[in-house]
Amino acid sequence: MKPELVIIEFLQVAALLGLAPAFAGWVKMLKCWSQGRTSPGLLQPYRDLAKLLSKDVVLAENASWIFRFTPYLVFGTAVLAGGIIPILSIDLPLAPTADVIVIVALFAIARFFTALAGMDIGTAFGGMGSSREMMIASLAEPAMLMAIFTVSLANRSTSLSQIVQVIYSGQSVIRPSLAFAFLAFVLIALAETGRIPVDNPATHLELTMVHEAMILEYSGRHLALVEWAGMMKLFLFVALGIASFAPWGIAARGSFSALPGALVYMALKLGLVGTVIVLVETGLAKMRLFRLPEFLGAAFLLSTLGMLSYFILD
Amino acid sequence: MNSSMTLLIVLGIPLVSAAVLAFVGDRKFAPEINILGSLATFGAGLGLALEVYTNGPMLAGGKFFFVDAFNVYLAVLTSFVSVTTALFSRRYMRREREHGRVGHVGMRFYHAMFQMFIFAMLLCLLTNNVGVLWIAMELATLSTVLLVSLYRTPTAIEAAWKYFILCGVGIAQALFGTVLLYFAAEKVLGEGGDALLWTNLSRVSGSLEPTVLSLAFVFLMVGYGTKVGLAPLHNWLPDAHSEGPTPISAVLSGLLLNIALYALVRCKVLVDGSTQTHHAGNIMMGFGILSILVAAFSLLRQKDIKRMFSYSSIEHMGIATFAFGLGGPIATFGALLHMLVHSLAKSSIFFTVGHASQMHRTQEMARIKGLFKGNPLVGWGLMFGVMAIVGMPPFGIFASEFLILTATIKDAPLWTPFLLLGLGVAFAALLRRTQSMVSGDVPDYQKPLTPANVPVILHLALVLILGIHMPAFLNQWFHTAVELLK
Amino acid sequence: MGLNIAAQISSFLAALVLLSAFGMLVQKRINGLINLFAWQGLFLSINTALVGYFAGKHHLYISSLLTLSLKVVLLPYILHVLVDRLKIRKEVESVVNIPTTMLIGIALVIFSYHLMAPVRELSTLITRSTLAIALATVMIGLLMMITRKHAVTQIIGFLALENGLFFAATSATYGMPLVVELGVALDVLIAAFIFGIFFFHINTAFDSLDVEQMARLKEED
Repeated sequence: MKPELVIIEFLQVAALLGLAPAFAGWVKMLKCWSQGRTSPGLLQPYRDLAKLLSKDVVLAENASWIFRFTPYLVFGTAVLAGGIIPILSIDLPLAPTADVIVIVALFAIARFFTALAGMDIGTAFGGMGSSREMMIASLAEPAMLMAIFTVSLANRSTSLSQIVQVIYSGQSVIRPSLAFAFLAFVLIALAETGRIPVDNPATHLELTMVHEAMILEYSGRHLALVEWAGMMKLFLFVALGIASFAPWGIAARGSFSALPGALVYMALKLGLVGTVIVLVETGLAKMRLFRLPEFLGAAFLLSTLGMLSYFILD
Repeated sequence: MNSSMTLLIVLGIPLVSAAVLAFVGDRKFAPEINILGSLATFGAGLGLALEVYTNGPMLAGGKFFFVDAFNVYLAVLTSFVSVTTALFSRRYMRREREHGRVGHVGMRFYHAMFQMFIFAMLLCLLTNNVGVLWIAMELATLSTVLLVSLYRTPTAIEAAWKYFILCGVGIAQALFGTVLLYFAAEKVLGEGGDALLWTNLSRVSGSLEPTVLSLAFVFLMVGYGTKVGLAPLHNWLPDAHSEGPTPISAVLSGLLLNIALYALVRCKVLVDGSTQTHHAGNIMMGFGILSILVAAFSLLRQKDIKRMFSYSSIEHMGIATFAFGLGGPIATFGALLHMLVHSLAKSSIFFTVGHASQMHRTQEMARIKGLFKGNPLVGWGLMFGVMAIVGMPPFGIFASEFLILTATIKDAPLWTPFLLLGLGVAFAALLRRTQSMVSGDVPDYQKPLTPANVPVILHLALVLILGIHMPAFLNQWFHTAVELLK
Repeated sequence: MGLNIAAQISSFLAALVLLSAFGMLVQKRINGLINLFAWQGLFLSINTALVGYFAGKHHLYISSLLTLSLKVVLLPYILHVLVDRLKIRKEVESVVNIPTTMLIGIALVIFSYHLMAPVRELSTLITRSTLAIALATVMIGLLMMITRKHAVTQIIGFLALENGLFFAATSATYGMPLVVELGVALDVLIAAFIFGIFFFHINTAFDSLDVEQMARLKEED
């Protein structure tokens, strides 16, 4: 294994760890601006994390090992996923070991354990959050996989690095299937990362929570890890979308010198996506829980249409 | 007189009459204009038939029109029934007007659309272009939709709506079938209007792609089959035929169904030429038997008189479809005869039914009684009409059904029990009902009226004559048509 | 611009037509439905004009113009006016719930693809892959007519079906002969007139446009 590749991998993971809170801070900032409030600043998430890391953990008496283990697991899977998705370069040594389906599975493991942790202590809100999260997941997973399949079909591989390479070699053209898959992916990303219109990340009303309800009981470093993992999940979904649909800027194979440029491109794209997220969040209202099947059904519909139109039209 | 001129007259008169009646349809002399227009059309139709009879099939209007034994026979039938219906309509609609069921605008609309409907049907029959066939069929439907809802009652509107939607959907399928047909035709005949001409298509039908044509036939079957009223696409028929004014029910049952079947048969000839199998025929047979059985058993449950006779129309159209599907000279001859006599008998039944319902101010059979005593012409007319329609000898329908049955026993014996079952059940159901309506004492709510004698007597007489002795020219005519449909 | 690009753009527009068909299937508001129908007509007319340009069939320009004026301008306008005059409540009920309808729609797309496979093999046109989409649009229009309970929605389903048929004609054969196209357009126009009149009659007789009300003509036992 060449040392440059290890360095690239390391750099990418560091970028992920370091920049995910900044991205979350950016989104928060834009949201405050759009609502006419003063924002707490771009670096606030860092301060929050630092604060949490220095605090004590308060555990319930009947918390099992799952409760203590989950934050580390969730954090670990996020970092691992970050090692596979091409953010800065496609030259990742871990890339051949895992493809897009593995990424989906990693997120699924994280979600599974979070849901268990939510139910672990036996509080009502935790259980409620877990069941809601699982309902959303059961609808979003098939749609996600369909969308991924469509992209893989169009680019003849399920490995993300491969996909980016194919796009670079200029074989992809305006395909309606990719357009459908993109639309579906956007809807699913909103669902998976818990943004409006699926779930309000800034809510303090427990009855409206989905993701927050599951982590309600966490404190101290556990909460820090879970929060950080949440920010990384948002970052990674955006990176996944960028890699699948608009990867220009990511350093190509064997191109070490393009890394700084890749960093700049990444920052720009993330900034743009953050703006779009905020536009969506301020423009839409959170949907009733029982309308979520329609929303996710539409996502499934779009992704299936994408796959079908690949066969029918291409 | 040259043939294009005759054709022009045949098509032009209804169109002109429609335009005229749109303005004067509510005056006193409007029904007379209606009758005269139809009479003129009938005359021209006879002239056309004579030409075809002596000179054989002909093209006119630069290949746009095609007249052969098959369609000219239906054209003459259509114009004839339109004359008699116009005669009937004169007395009937005057009554309706007096009862206040139709207003000024309604009468103008009714008369204008009546002629427009005749025009559309004749265009459908005489055109050579399969696409224009579709257009004319749709036009025929559209011109009668609002007539079905003429009385503006909730049930009438419901019936018209169902008619519109279900027939619209059906005919859309037929358009898709036509597109597929054009697709196959284009490969052999090149692009442009010529590829849709039936004469060209039948000439090259052997080289049309079989897979495409069988697919097209499925759509055409569903589409035109809906218009024929074949089960399971028949839901609109009992409603539409029972809710409109009786003259409209008569022409819908007697004429439009025939025309839709004509369209279907034309397409079948093309498909047969292409696939060289009995595939299309089998489909038609299946639908035909299904319609016969569904209609026969539904006849038992009816309470409304017009609805009952509409189901009878479905049954008879099923018989004709079955016979056309069976193929072969005997069955086809039987089918052609069946179209003729059913048309005459059914419209005559509707005439008497119309009068009966006017006399009792209701269409419920339980309330209609004592027709023999109350109004002998209506009573006996109905009785004979029903005897004719259930296939009793010596009426014409017996002859056609007998022919079809013979052909079935010979060529497709396994279908015979179903055919007999349907015919038997219909026989029993219709006679039982009619019996209770014509016999008995005159109820006190029955109002007297002078019926339109001529249409009823004329139709029934024709049906009787055709049953007893087939005139030689008609025999010849049918044989020529059978040849064309091989 | 090569034929390949033309085929791609045509496929793209076909996908948009299908998407608008699905959009109509799940849309609950009548005004939204009418607008989606207008969009579908727009995509169709652009596609027709494009095919006409690339295949050199100039009569398709006329068809495109006809579609544009009829289905993008005139019919939606008439429908909007009707909806206003009749003071229709803007919500639309359906027989089956929306996710199930979507699934049935997807099944119909797959079904039409299989059905049209033999025709696709035989065709030599640049638009041959869009024939399956056209049939799917027809079927989805049909589905819309079956699963909705409101008269206006049923009519829009019917018009969407008509759109699919027009699309099929363009995909399979570069459009029917002009005579037929004109005739079909005429029929659509007359049908539009008739259903306009119908809505008023239904509204007057039933005081609503709920089709469920019109279920009295049944067999009695």
